[in-house]
Parts: sequence; structure tokens; C-alpha cells
Amino acid sequence: MAQAAKFELSDSSVTVIVGSGSGGGVLANELAQKGVKVVVLEAGGRYLPEDYVNDEWESFGQLAWTDPRTTSGDWRVAKDFSGLPAWIVKAVGGTSIHWAGASLRFQDHEWKAKTNYGVVEGANLLDWPIDGAEMQPWYDKAEAKLGVTGVGGRPRLPGNSNYKVFEKGAKALGYKEVHTGNMAINSVDYDERMSCQQTGFCFQGCKWGAKWSAAYTDIPRGEATGNLEVRDHAHAARILHDDAGKVTGVEYFDKDGNLQMQKARLVCVAGNSFESPRLLLNSHSTMFPDGLANRSGQVGRNYMRHTTGSVYGVFEKPVRMWRGTTMAGIIRDEARHDPARGFVGGYELETLSLGLPFMAAFLDPGAWGREFTTALDSYENMAGMWIVGEDMPQADNRVTLSDTEDSFGLKVANVNFSDHPNDIAMRNHAYKVGQAIYREVGATRTMPTPPYPSTHNLGTNRMSEKPEDGVVNKNGQSHDVANLFISDGSQFTTGAAENPTLTIVALAIRQADHIAREMAAGNV
Amino acid sequence: MSELSKQGLTRRALLSRAVAAGALAVAGTGFIAAPDAAWAVEVTHVSEHQMATLLQMARDIYPHDRVGDRFYAIAVKSYDSAEQKAAVAEGIAALDKAAKDAGFEDYLSAGWEDERVAILRKIEETKFFQTLRGGLVTGLYNQKEVWPIFGYEGESFSKGGYIDRGFDAIDWL
Repeated sequence: MAQAAKFELSDSSVTVIVGSGSGGGVLANELAQKGVKVVVLEAGGRYLPEDYVNDEWESFGQLAWTDPRTTSGDWRVAKDFSGLPAWIVKAVGGTSIHWAGASLRFQDHEWKAKTNYGVVEGANLLDWPIDGAEMQPWYDKAEAKLGVTGVGGRPRLPGNSNYKVFEKGAKALGYKEVHTGNMAINSVDYDERMSCQQTGFCFQGCKWGAKWSAAYTDIPRGEATGNLEVRDHAHAARILHDDAGKVTGVEYFDKDGNLQMQKARLVCVAGNSFESPRLLLNSHSTMFPDGLANRSGQVGRNYMRHTTGSVYGVFEKPVRMWRGTTMAGIIRDEARHDPARGFVGGYELETLSLGLPFMAAFLDPGAWGREFTTALDSYENMAGMWIVGEDMPQADNRVTLSDTEDSFGLKVANVNFSDHPNDIAMRNHAYKVGQAIYREVGATRTMPTPPYPSTHNLGTNRMSEKPEDGVVNKNGQSHDVANLFISDGSQFTTGAAENPTLTIVALAIRQADHIAREMAAGNV
Repeated sequence: MSELSKQGLTRRALLSRAVAAGALAVAGTGFIAAPDAAWAVEVTHVSEHQMATLLQMARDIYPHDRVGDRFYAIAVKSYDSAEQKAAVAEGIAALDKAAKDAGFEDYLSAGWEDERVAILRKIEETKFFQTLRGGLVTGLYNQKEVWPIFGYEGESFSKGGYIDRGFDAIDWL
């Protein structure tokens, strides 16, 4: 294996990528494989499968982004977890360590939400400037990279007990598209990673490496080319630009807290949908008084988090839902767009379980007394599912700079979010369906559980055909700054009903292709 | 006579059992971890009445009849500190006042859980109550020794996961 590269701060020929998750980590490897010199700035540390801890709170302490953030809006998270709007990861590999592995392609109609859903009052819908046909080859590559089950000849995972309850109830209600999902978790050995051992704790990092994560695939493979240097504990502070309006480098605080400046030929921002707009907003200048690449005023706007929620059912006998793959189970029938249900867009239902410590924290935050504790008393007899639906982009659901500062003196992100009526109608529909599913299997009690702090953070630097409607073009390139790219879920124009990681990875592979071509042509 | 006193959780019980003061640690993410379930609360900063009240509050906030007092004791032990002393005194005085207003001598004198819960409802918006409740979420449920009472098995990696140990063993469907 070649030694990982080491580049000089003054080397202005490198591409700097901020963030190393499903977007930044994949982009870094893809560029490095093509011979592009890359420096990744990652705010977190390095943890590999042997470091992951199968204990919910201890793992949270190890991996989660717990730097300050502030919240506002009427979402319940702002009340119950006011400083923790998201459950995402601060580490090399980013939230690809934490994700559950569900890898679904967008449905064709979801690329054109504005066209297909029509006018939705209060929603800021827009069509993506790309579509399913354009994305198909990139999805193919992404699925092969991640080893997604149920496609490419790869068998699906076996269903655990939680899935069996879910499947039986779903089929009793007449649902047809019910299976263990398209999962980036190996059902058989694949790409030098072993198969799933049904251990649970998918959210805490897969200790077997059976689940794909950039932390132990794309990152080390990129480093092995000799073209990639990953600097951990490197907290990006500000992107700099020249008088011509081209970005020239990134200022960051290194592991010792010293401010450094890495020069760059090109900068890609992939810090998740809170940190990416925060970095652009914190990079304001005389030329960009409202934030870098923000002539449209769209940076930070249209924050989406998926319409989520959970349903737990209690049964007469044990289920032991925590045993086995956390999210290998899906019902796709409700993912269709069918306004007759009282809302536009659709939702997926996916199996989910939490361990006892997190169940206590998230089942009904703030609740106490016997209604709450008798539910936990039946923990062993619980089955669980998660709702993932398309939420409406709204201009005022947005990330702005808070008055609060982090330990580096940088203004932190404030996340303002309120549900759209469409989100509420969808969630209520899904609660009813989820509870009906469990009652079909004899549930003695069902619980419509509120959304957790967000893991699907989308849309704060959205992609648009016209510069006035969004932040980046169809290649993730800033409308305002030619050598600045957005490479994470913040570029999503709309959220679709599907878990976003596969699409983030596919967009990153596609973007790497575009950047390498533009570099070769001398355009950037 | 309070339930606690009937159970013998009196000064003698509170003071006589050894407890390693260092067994409780508040970790960086705000949860309390206890390496073992040995309990007994030796009070040095708060009164026995206050500690007995804290214990009963913990039971009434998150009542699990199969979870012994020792686990609740661990979860509230950290309130016996110089830093917490004033807040505990003020909070429990307010609670006992609410109990008096409801016709009881104090909180512990209300014999039925429903009666105590009605008193707690009167103070549930206070910082004291919310801090206690919030701390219990991790202080109680993150004790590994509590998990088996709920059937929760914790990590399975060290045993090779459940692939050969019943991940799909449901037999009643």
C-alpha cells in the first residue's frame, strides 16, 4: 500500500474537501483514484471497527457531533433536545459510520416534485435539474460500491424477529412490496468485507465491517493511491477567495487549536446540511456580504429532515427486536405519490429498534409515570418501525448563524424547523398504518412515537436549474463561484421518500467524474 | 409512615451499607455511569429525609415494580453533593409544601402512588423536577445491571452476534 499523501499548506494545486462522510469521503476516494490530489479536512477523529462501542450512550459520546447548535421553530426536537437537532457523526467517515444501511433509489417522479405535486401552499418545491435517467448509471456504480443487497445479484439479508412481525402484519393488511430491503450490509462476503452477523448496534458503527462505511472503505483506499491526505481534528472555519471571486483555500483549526490555511485549486463542501451552510455563511466577505456563494439568498434555506416518526407495538410474547440487523425490513407500497391519501409524496416504513437506554430517552421525551414505564416494562415484547417520508421544503426552515459561538469562537448553526401541514398529514397517515400493522399481529398496545433528532439532514444548499432558485447547479457546482462545489445532502433539491445516503454517494461519484473532466479541460 | 420507612429505608438503611463514592461518574455526554449496582446512600450533604424523598420521587417518576430500590439509589446518589445541596433543599421544601397543601404531612406521607403523582404534577414544570427526571433517564436506564430486568441483552459482539443465537427465533407468529 502506498503511503498516504502529505501535502504542503502552500500547495495550491490540491482539491480541499471539507468533511469525510458519504459525500466527502466518497468524493475524496473517487478523485484520488483519478489522480487528483486531495486534502480532506475532517473535524472529528479516526475510529475503526475495533474502536466502535456496542453501548448506546458510550458510542454516542465517542461518535456523535455534540458541538453546540441552537434550535427554533415548532418541531418537538427544539423543545426536548434543544441543543441536539441532529444525531450525526463527527469522525473520519462521518455519518456513514452511524447510518443503518438502507439504500434506495429515488422514484422517477420524485426528481420532479414541483411538476408532479403541483402547487402546495407554503411549500417551496422545485424540480431537480437532473432526473432518474441521468442518475441511473451513477446509482449502478453506487450500489456496486456499497454492495447493496437485492440488486446486482446480491441476495437480501435474512429477516430477524422484528422483521417477521412487521412482515406478517403488512401482508395481512394487503401490502405487496415487503422485504428485508436494499441494504448496504453484506448478506454474503463482498468487496473484502464480511457478511452480517446479526449483532444489532448498526447505529453504533459495524464492528464486523459488514455495513459499508467510508471510514474503512473509501478513505483508506483513497489514501492508498498516494493522492489523498485526510487531516482529522481539522475544523474548517472559513473559505477564502480572491478578487476574481474564485476560492483560494480553507482556513481551519488544527488538532492543537491553531489556525491554519490550506491553499486550494478547488474546494468541495461536505459537512452535512448544518455545517455546510454554516461554513458558507461564516465565510462572508465584502464581495459576498451574505455568505459565500449566497447571491441567491438560498444558502441555509429549505432545510428538510424527512417526515419521520416511529411506531412501537407491544405483544403478548417476546420479540427481542434488538437482535439482528436494525433496519433490514421495508414496506414500499406507501412510497407512491397518491394525493387521495390527503398529502403529496409518499413514505417508506422500515424496521427499527433502539436499545433500552435510547428507548427510555426517545420513546416519549419528557414523559414520566406509569403510562411511560409500563411501556418500557414490555420492552422485550416490543416490535418497532420507522417512518421515512418526503417532507416539504419551506423557505423559512433554515440554517442561520446563531449568536452562540463554539470553542473556536465561530458562530454555530441555528436550525429553525416547523412541520408543513403536508408533513403532519403524512405522519398521521403513517402512524395509523403502522399501528394497524401491529394490531394485525395481535399487538396489545401501540405507540406513535415522535421524531428523533434528525439523521437525514437535507436541502440547505439546494441544486437548481436557475441561479436565483438555489445554491448549486446540476453538478453540485456553486452558481456564483466556479471552483466551489457542494458534495453532501445539502445539495438535495427535494428530499424524496428514500433514505438519502445512496443518492449522496451516487451524486459524489458523478461529481468526481465531472470535476476530473473539468480539471483536465482546464475549466476549473 | 411512608412506604420507604416501612421498607426499612431509614437512617439505618441509608447509612449502614457501604458504598464506594467513586462508583458514580458523570460522563462527558451527561449521563451517569455506575460500574456496579452496589447501593446504599450515605448522605453527607443532604438530610436522610431529603435522600429518602429523592428516592421516592425517582420511583414515582419512573415506577418499575420489578426494579429494586438500589438501582434508584444509584440514580439519585449524585444529589448528595455540596453543589446540589441548596437545590435539593429548595426543591424538596417546595414538594413538601405542595404535599401539605394537598393535606399530607409531607410527600413521603402520601401513601398511594397516585397521591404522590398528583403532588409531583404540581411541581413538574420546576427546574428541580425536570433536572431530576432528565438525569434519571440515563441514571436509571443506563445501568447495565438494570437491563436484564427488562430482558435487554446489551452488546452481542463478544458472543459473535445473534446469527447462530436466535436473531429470528420468534416462535409465536
